[in-house]
This record gives sequence, C-alpha cells and structure tokens, in this order.
Amino acid sequence: MTGVPLIEVEDLRIDLDDGSRRVAAAEGVSFRIDRGETFGLVGESGCGKSITALALIGLLRQPLSIGSGVIRFEGREIQRLSTTKQRELRGNRIAMIFQEPMTALNPVSPVGRQIAEMFVLHKGKSWREANQLAVEALANVRVPAPERRVKDYPHQLSGGMRQRVMIAIALACGPDLLIADEPTTALDVTVQAEIIELMRNLCAERGTAILMISHDLGLVANVCRRVAVMYAGRIVEERGSADVFRAPSHPYTQGLVASLPRLGSRAALGRTRLKEIAGVVPAITSFPDGCRFNPRCARATDICRTTAPVADLLEAGGLVRCHHHA
Amino acid sequence: MKLRANLIIGSALFALAILVGLLAPWLAHTDPVLDANLMNAEEPPSWAWWFGTDDQGRDIYSRVVYGARVSLTVGIVSQLINSVIGVALGLSAGYWGGWWDDVVNGLTNLMLAIPSLIFALAIMAVLGPGLTSLLIALGLTNWSFTCRIARASALSLRSQGYVQAATVLGYGDLRIMITQLLPNMLGPIIVIGTLGMGSAVLSEAALSFLGLGVRPPFPSWGSMLSDARDQITTAPWLSVFPGLAIFLTVLGLNLLGDGLRDILDPQSRSRRT
Repeated sequence: MTGVPLIEVEDLRIDLDDGSRRVAAAEGVSFRIDRGETFGLVGESGCGKSITALALIGLLRQPLSIGSGVIRFEGREIQRLSTTKQRELRGNRIAMIFQEPMTALNPVSPVGRQIAEMFVLHKGKSWREANQLAVEALANVRVPAPERRVKDYPHQLSGGMRQRVMIAIALACGPDLLIADEPTTALDVTVQAEIIELMRNLCAERGTAILMISHDLGLVANVCRRVAVMYAGRIVEERGSADVFRAPSHPYTQGLVASLPRLGSRAALGRTRLKEIAGVVPAITSFPDGCRFNPRCARATDICRTTAPVADLLEAGGLVRCHHHA
Repeated sequence: MKLRANLIIGSALFALAILVGLLAPWLAHTDPVLDANLMNAEEPPSWAWWFGTDDQGRDIYSRVVYGARVSLTVGIVSQLINSVIGVALGLSAGYWGGWWDDVVNGLTNLMLAIPSLIFALAIMAVLGPGLTSLLIALGLTNWSFTCRIARASALSLRSQGYVQAATVLGYGDLRIMITQLLPNMLGPIIVIGTLGMGSAVLSEAALSFLGLGVRPPFPSWGSMLSDARDQITTAPWLSVFPGLAIFLTVLGLNLLGDGLRDILDPQSRSRRT
C-alpha cells in the first residue's frame, strides 16, 4: 500500500442529534481503500455501516452529521469541498448501488433514459450520444436485447434485471469507487450470485474499487480482499477476508463466524444447536461503557467494562479492538 | 379495460366546448356584438332564433357560441397560471423544507383563509375590468390546492429510493425536482387542474356577473347571465342558455377530472399492467 489511497477515513465520528442531546452513532471509524481494491464493511443492522457509507459521499442528513474526523478522496478532504464539487464527485467518481432495486429506479422514466442521463449529467454528452451509450451500458451488464430494453419501464423488469440496470447506471461514468450497500439482499440466491459475479468482474475490468456493505459475512468475504467488522458504531476487527474466516480474533467476529450454518456440519444435520451470540445489540442511546461488546462477551473482565480497547495491530496483518483478543 | 363513463362524457363535453369556441365564427349565425336589431328584441327561441334574442335583438345562440371563447380562455389560462405557481411553490417547499417550507405554508394558509373570489375581486378592483386582469386575478388566487398537493407529494416522494439514488448519482436539486419528483406527481396535479378549470369558469361567470369581467358588449357567459337577471321572469331564455353552457362545461371538466383521477392513480395503473 503505497502512495495516496483512493479513499481514506480517519477517526470518523457520526453524531445523531435527537434534539436534546448528541450521541455518537459511529466513532473512531478509520479505514483506507486503495485504487481497485475491494473492501467489505460487515455488521448487524444499526451498527453504523450504512451511515458510514453515506458520510463518504457527503450525504448525511439531519439528524445525522459528521462530528469529527476526516474523509479524504484522493487526498482531498471531502467535507471541505463545495457542494457543487461534491456533486461532481457523486455518480461520476464515486457511485453507489442500493439494496432495493425495486425503489431505486424512477418508475415513470424508461431505464435507458435513466442510464443516459448519467452521461448527459457528468460527461456533457448530447442526448443522442447518451442514448447510444446507454444501450452499450445495458449490454455490458448482460441484459439481453438491450436496444429494446432501454425503452422498458422499471416495473417491466425483474428484480435481477433492475439491479443490473442499477449497476449500469452506477458504472456508467467509470467511477473510481463503487459503494454497494447490501446490493443483493432483496434478490433470490441464484440471481444474487450472478449479480455479485457481474459486479466483481465489471469492477475488476475497469479498476473500480468496491466498498461493499452487508450483514452477510460470507458474501463479503467472497467478494472482498479485506473486511472490517463493525459493532455498535465501532470497527472491532479489520483483516484480510480469508483470515477473518480462518482465525477470527475479536470475540464478536468469532461469534459471527461460529453462527454461520455450514452444510454437512453437525448443527446443520440437527445434532447440535447452531451457535448464537447471546443478548441483543444495545440501542444507540445506551451504549455500555468500555468495550461496547462487553455485556454479550464471554471473555469480558473488569477492564472491558471501564476502558474502551484501542486498536491492536495483529502480526498477521490487520487490527483488532479487544483487551483479550486471540 | 372497463369503459369509463365519466371520462368519456367529461372529455366529450369539454371537447365540444373547445370546438364551439374555436369554430365560433362559422357556428354563429350573426355577429354577437354588431348585429343588434331592435325589431327582433326579446324573441323567444324559435327556428329563426334558436336560443331567442335579447332586449337589443342580438342572437343569444351566437353570443353563447362566442362566449365559449372567453370562458374557456379564462378557465384554461388562469388554471395554467395557478398550476405553475402551485407546483413551483409546493414542489420546492416539500423538497427543500426548512424556512422556505414555512413561508410557502404560511402563504398557502393565507390564501385558503381568504375566499378566493373576494381576493380576485380586490385584484380586479385594482387592475380594472377586462380579460387580461381577469386572467391575472383568477390565476393568482387559486393555486393553494395545487400547492398543497404538490407539497404533500414532494414530501412523500423525497424519501423514495430513486430520489435518494438520484442524489447519490450527482443530480442537482433542480434536476431532481424536474426529472424525479414532477413526473411522479403529475397525475394528481392534472386532476386538480381540470377541477380548477371548472371553478375558474364559474369564477369568471361570477366576476362578469358582478360587472368586473369582460367588458360589454362583448359576450361572456357570466356577463350574459348578469344582463339577463332583470328579465328572468319575462324572458327566461336569456339566462337559461348561458347558464346551461356554464353548467355543461363545468360538469364536463369535473367528470373529466374524476375520470383522469381513476386512470392516473398509480395503483389502478399498476393493475392495468
């Protein structure tokens, strides 16, 4: 990892202002993604992974705001850029695809027009050229008969096709970073595999970095080279994705890996119970003191209840935030 | 698809009114203003005078036909002004929120609190009677419903996935409003628009009736009614035919509005596809 990373997040804190007080919905979040790299952000609902992504593209809205920390895109601080400059980044250099392909497309506009609009908006093409490019973009995401499909409205397409269209829109301008927020959660498993494969191949061809956000550790490990696991607003472990599976270090990650059902295992055959992590994720307004995982952690000791652990660098590469990590 | 009676009857009546207005010079038997002949004053309806004649001997049929021009111009143009103002204010208020939303909300409530006809009267009093001031007066006083609808739609559409996606993809505010929000709220806006045209036709009649509309001797349905008021017992045809014209046009517009609402409703649209 040399030179200026594509995106660098340093000690990011995201505040949630509920009118009477501010609480940190995410804090101490740091990571970097290099050009063409694939990076995964994994965690349960409400752990702060999606708002971290929104912060990256400068789209946090009230009651959320960036409390402190720095986000750099190619070395430039995103927060310092003017609104216009930020908008020029969005869709052009940083693109995003969403969980719900059903709702992320404008229902009253043909999909070809929605793709073409990206070329008009960011590349200054004429509509005539843009429409031509839209057909190519649809062909690139392996939509059959693209010259006919461009005239279709979103409701005429299946979920998988819609997500392909979303990918075509997101990759239209050849962005440097693609943020994929639960891109396949709403799809069938078979379609899911196709979409992931498509996304990965297209990004690899163009050297587009991927930031993938998901609750599905298996999926993320499959796509991404490195994975950060978030819990209650903090990154608890960041490793190469193979290492996370082979030798998870943080008790929470260990719990996650252990709770994945495996075909052929004793649990899957019904002989033993599937492992689970006891307890529930604490509410954002009542995070415990010290390590936020301590109420659910089997290894918790007194220090865990008073002092938040700092990041320990692991010998094998990566880091973990735990007083008693493996 | 089910036959939609109100849509068909409504658009037929509206189309008829527009056709009559457009073809007035060919449909009318006489010139509505100049062909006064006291020899024919107050003739009841007959083969020669389909709708009868007024106290100056002018052919009521020809005057009703020409009156369609004024009524429809006022109805369509003033409602267009209303729709543009209402959509611009409501859409931007709903999308941006904040202080602008408060301002627009206050303005809308003010407009709703003042009876629009009284407000239009006040504007007419300042501008003086005439077609242009009629258009301005009615165009500035009836946008509050459109504004409300546009604002409510913008509020709910703003949180839709595709609107957020557009933001993420680098669309500017104006582009989002025009390409993402506006097309998705057009259905209710059109419905409100047609209903508003009906009420604009009625308001024109009311203002002309009060002597603030189109200046005599040029005919408008409202001013004809106003002129006919004194003779309603002796020559009822003077008021019946312009009244009937107003009634049918407004009925047509209301039926059209209802019919459009049925087919433009996204729910029924998705049922069709």
